[in-house]
Amino acid sequence: MLIAVIVALAVGTYGFRLAGVVLHDRLDLPAPLRRMLPLAAAALLAALAGTATLTDSGGFAGISRPLGVAVGALLAWRKAPFVVVVLAAATTAALLRLAGVP
Amino acid sequence: MAAIGLAVFAVGMSFGAIAVASGLPAWAAIAMSLVVFAGGAQFMAVGLVAAGNPFAAVFAGLLLNARHLPFGLAIADAVGTGWRRRLVGSHILVDESVAFTMAQPDPATRSRAYWMTGATLFVSWNIGGVLGVLLGEAVGDTDALGLDAAFPAGLIALLLPSLRDKETRNVALAGAAVAVVATPLLPAGLPVLLALSGLLLMRRKA
Repeated sequence: MLIAVIVALAVGTYGFRLAGVVLHDRLDLPAPLRRMLPLAAAALLAALAGTATLTDSGGFAGISRPLGVAVGALLAWRKAPFVVVVLAAATTAALLRLAGVP
Repeated sequence: MAAIGLAVFAVGMSFGAIAVASGLPAWAAIAMSLVVFAGGAQFMAVGLVAAGNPFAAVFAGLLLNARHLPFGLAIADAVGTGWRRRLVGSHILVDESVAFTMAQPDPATRSRAYWMTGATLFVSWNIGGVLGVLLGEAVGDTDALGLDAAFPAGLIALLLPSLRDKETRNVALAGAAVAVVATPLLPAGLPVLLALSGLLLMRRKA
């Protein structure tokens, strides 16, 4: 099953890439669709970030994780480098858990 | 270029570590980075496979990557002509290589920018991925290290620049809210897809 997921993703993704490159001067995507694709991507990624922050197997994820993510998000908003964002989020959550916060 | 390479290396590494932390075998994480080579879709797939919904993983991943088609249309000239260049060049088409190429005004530098960025990103993404897998396997309990917080924080950092546009922000935040509210009510995978309802906030005219 896992192999099927990876192959389907790989083939489909490569297909999109190659189709764009090859159809360059033969395909004119309708303007609304052209505008919609990046918006759809942003919505999916934001939803993934939101659910991964707040929920765990359908329930509430506790307090440490959302607080860690909030620290990371704040740093990202202040334009901190990516590595700093990720490390700060992880460290905050880890320290809170060490202190016994769920 | 070095800065993008380093950032992508770091994301690739967090992908590897998080993938094995959520129960994916090492080979699968490494193979995914090599053959899919699209960060957002890979994180999405890991999350949804771990949640037990492989169909949603494929569907959401491909929906996410459909944006590569218009990207390809936009930078096809930089990839070059001839089937070998097209077949190889298509695989290294990602957000960053496209953005870097579009920033170059003249055709000769466009092509060089595309191939340089694409190749750099591919190499750093995959080396990062392998190191991340090793890290994830070495540490057993990744929650104690807070890695579960690292993943959404990284996603937010990646997403933030595009949220400066008001329409994108409205659509993305509405979608995220719908997904979070739906999570306790629906089977895994569906809530993230429901986020597409945020597109209802898309403006009618450009």
